[in-house]
Formats: sequence, structure tokens, C-alpha cells
Amino acid sequence: MTAPPDEPRGDHDPTATSGSVATRPPDSPGTTRPKARATRRPGDVVFSGLSLASGLIILLILVLVAVFLIQQGWPAFTADSEEISGGEGFFGYIWPLVAGTVVASIIAMVVATPIAVGIALFVSHYAPRRIGVVIGFVVDLLAAVPSVVFGMWGLQTFAPQFVPLFGWLEDTLSFLPFFEDGSATGRTLMTASLVLAVMILPIITSVSREVFLQTPRLHEEAALALGATKWEMIRTAVIPFGTPGVIGGVMLGLGRALGETMAVTLILSPGAFTWNIIGSGNNTIPAEIALNFPEASGLRLAELIAAGLVLFVITLIVNLFARWIVAKRSEFSGAN
Amino acid sequence: MSKRIDVKNLDIFYGDFQAVKDVSMVIEPKSVTAFIGPSGCGKSTFIRTLNRMHEVIPGARVEGEVLIDGQNLYGRGVDPVDVRRQVGMVFQRPNPFPTMSIRDNVLAGVKLNSKRMSGKAADELAERALRGANLWNEVKDRLDKPGSGLSGGQQQRLCIARAIAVQPEVILMDEPCSALDPISTLAIEDLINELKSDYTVVIVTHNMQQAARVSDRTGFFNLEATGQPGQLVEFDDTQKIFNNPSQKATEDYISGRFG
Repeated sequence: MTAPPDEPRGDHDPTATSGSVATRPPDSPGTTRPKARATRRPGDVVFSGLSLASGLIILLILVLVAVFLIQQGWPAFTADSEEISGGEGFFGYIWPLVAGTVVASIIAMVVATPIAVGIALFVSHYAPRRIGVVIGFVVDLLAAVPSVVFGMWGLQTFAPQFVPLFGWLEDTLSFLPFFEDGSATGRTLMTASLVLAVMILPIITSVSREVFLQTPRLHEEAALALGATKWEMIRTAVIPFGTPGVIGGVMLGLGRALGETMAVTLILSPGAFTWNIIGSGNNTIPAEIALNFPEASGLRLAELIAAGLVLFVITLIVNLFARWIVAKRSEFSGAN
Repeated sequence: MSKRIDVKNLDIFYGDFQAVKDVSMVIEPKSVTAFIGPSGCGKSTFIRTLNRMHEVIPGARVEGEVLIDGQNLYGRGVDPVDVRRQVGMVFQRPNPFPTMSIRDNVLAGVKLNSKRMSGKAADELAERALRGANLWNEVKDRLDKPGSGLSGGQQQRLCIARAIAVQPEVILMDEPCSALDPISTLAIEDLINELKSDYTVVIVTHNMQQAARVSDRTGFFNLEATGQPGQLVEFDDTQKIFNNPSQKATEDYISGRFG
């Protein structure tokens, strides 16, 4: 490729001295061009620095928590199995707690999700605007109730109310391993799960309502113009559009249910793991920690911190799983 | 499969505001009818009353009659859902369902009519609709890919395929090419010419050349002043509107003197 004659090149330019060749810009001397490098304005620098710092703080906190859990909990992993509570090693100690935590959270999620989606659809698409706003506000208010209040309520009101229900479940569904001896006090994993469901209802509802409201009008009209009834329009346009957001909300709720401590601690009368969710027994990791932490020391303390680490990992897995579900459908999300 | 539309003294309101005043016209079957006019003159509002889509906006209502083959769309006990199954609509911006594949988009309306159809019948219908929208050759190898991955013009033809898959009597198009480039616009215009052999087509357009190219009859909407309701100023054969309009306002508009 040859350069056009009017474009001065260092070694052909008659005015160039040999010393200036290397440092001269390629532009011809007289023209002024905007500098290729953008000027760094102070506002941009400050803001990008601030946001970078905020991002790093999150990472730092996460790393510090993980380091604490691993460091302090490590003795529980390496100790002889006889020394661990229960005498069957750390795994033998932790699995009933993991099972209890996961079962309670899944029941809560399964119960709360359809109700939350229903409320969200009602508020966003069915209710007259004014009533919708009021209901939305009340649901958000539910999220502000402290968990210890839910715990007391569950213990005093919910649990006794459930005793007859448990009796009925025992009579009719006793062929399932989940429904055997009904508890006489109602302080069971089932009760705790249902209280958890009430507690995670607001967050799932709020997130779902927001995404349902964001459904593009264009898509709703597309469905209506094809002769869709209101429900068909919601099924064709609103729900598919909102699904990733609803999954996000459900995972937030699940995260809260997994980590919920006070309510479960108050309601449950803890015991060994059993599939019988209407009988006494079962425990969750947060409740186990809360009940035993104040008096724990030495290896017992390490056990509890290691249990916290396990909970941390479970939450991490749940979040990764949720992201994977959302990403799997991203081709169809309309974002492309 | 095509029907005659009779509009009699139609007034359209949004709440207390009258958007369109006293429109009467006859839209012939198997023809293309275009509406032109300046922004805000009510042509989009009017076309949406032909399948009761304007009701989606809270507070919107009409007075007067729209008869399709003698049956009043606004008669007592007429379900807007049934009206929209007879009168399909294509919107200004292409709006395929983003979560559905190309094939599912085409079949979306048919599935709403809750007919259970075999996979083979569905495939045939999808192919027929896509061929009808001149899109088949471009998408036949990627029917399972998302509709939102197509170009704007292809998406708009996908929306037309979706509209004709339910075999409506009438197809309404509200500025279908305003978001498209000239080549895609040409493809849609060719398609409109083919559609009129089977359907009654009504199109709103900002582009007067487009109205002149595709339509048999043209209606000119105008409003006397901002805040006043829009009116149908003149409705005649396209040839006549563009060559020898009888109203001064029409002539001013098509010759570019205002609007």
C-alpha cells in the first residue's frame, strides 16, 4: 500500500528533520484534531472509583465471611468422629440439619410461590388501580414484620390450630411417610414451614408484581389482538415475560427461608431428622446454631461454625442454580 | 374470508375528550383501504375501533356503529374477544412474543382458540401462514429459534403470519412499516398486495407514497385545530385522492403544504 502523496510520512517529508521524525504526530502540521484520548473528567473518575469501591466491598465482605467460617469451623472437619456431637463424625452430625433446613425451605417455597404469583397478577392486572395499590402496600408491610413476631404468632396461634389438621392428615394420608404420628403441640416442621411461607410471601409477591407490571404493552396488545381473553393474554404475554424475574424473587425468598432463624427456633421442638413432617423432631441449621451458640465452646463451637459454612454453601448453590435456570432461557428472554 | 365493513356515525372518546368525530365510511371486501393524515388526527384511534382494541385503554368508548357484514361490533352481548378473532391486527412496532420460537409465534393465536391440533397439522398451518407472509424461505431452517432474533422486517412479517394464521376476515395494520428500512418496507408492501386477494386490508400510514402504492381507496383524516376531534375529511378512490381531490385540505396535505 502506498501512502497518498499529500499525506506526509516522516521519511519522505522534506521539512522533517531526522530528529523530529519519531516524535511527530502523523497529522500534517497545520491541522488541529481532537485528541484521540478522551479527557478524563473529574466527575467520571470519582464516580467510577466509588462504584468500583462499592463492588469491591461486597467481594471483600464475602471473602472475610468465608475465611472466618472456614478457619473457625475447620477443627470440626478434622476431629475424630467420636468427638463430634452424636459420635458419628461431622457428616453424621450435619446431614439431618441440612435435610431439615432444605425440606422446610422447599415446603415454604412450594406453598408461597403460587399464592405470591396469584397476588402479584391480581395487583398488576386484575384489581382496580386503587385497590391494587392498597394491597401491594399491605403485602410490603408484611415484609416489615420482625421474624420474632412471626415466631411468637406461629407458636401461640398457628401451632395449636394445626393440631386437628395434622390429625386429619394422619388419618387420610398416613400411607405417605410424611404424615404419621401427628404432634399434639403442633410444634412441627410443617408448622415452621408454613410460617416461613408467610414470611417469604411478601418478597416473592413484590418482585413478581414489579416484573409483571413491566410487561411491554406491545406484547399484551399482541395477544389481545389475536383474540386472547384476559387470562390467555396473561398466559401468553405476561407470565413468560415475568418468569425470570419470578424465579429471582423465589430464590430471594428461598434464601430467606434457608437462613431464617428466630421463627423456626421458637416454633420447632427440635429433634432428630424424620420424614414425618407433622410429628415432633427435625431441626434446621440456623435454629441449631441459635439454640446452642451461647453455651458452646471449643470443638462444639467449631461444629456450629462449620454448620454455618454448610448453610453458606447451600445458599450459594441455590443462587447458582437460579442463575443457571434464568441463563438457560436467555435466548428467549427478548433481550437479544 | 373477507368482509365488508360499514362504519356509521362513529364518535370516539377518551374519557371526556372526543378524539374522533362522526366518521362514516364503507370499506369494501378484498381491497386495501389506507388512512393518511397528520399526527394526532385520530387515524390510529379509528383503526383500533375496528377490532375493539381501543377499549384496552381505560376510559375509551365509542358511539355509533361498526358493522361487519351487517353485524354490529358494538351490539349488545358482542364479546370483544370474538371480534378480535375475526379482525386481526398488525402493530406499528413488530411485537413477536420474545419467549416463543418462530413456529410458536405463528401458532400463538391458533392455540388460543383452544383447538387441539396434531403436530403435523400445526406444522402445515405454520408453513402456510409463513408462506402467506413471504417469510417461509427465510426461516424454514430455524423455526425453533426465537422470533426476536429476526430482523425488524422479518419480525413484522412474522407478526403478519401470526395474524393470518387464525384466518381472520379483516387485517388491520397500524403504520406497519414505520419502524422498518426501505427494503423491508417494500417486502411488506408486496405482501399487502398479495393479501388483498384473500382479505380485507385496512392500513394506517404516515407515508403518502405508500398509501398511493398499496391502496385502492384512501381516507384523509384531519383535525381543525389542536384539541379538536379528528375528522374524516375525504374518502375516495386512491387515484382520485392523489390526483384530483375534491377538498382543499386534502390537496394541501398531499402536496406537502402542511402536515
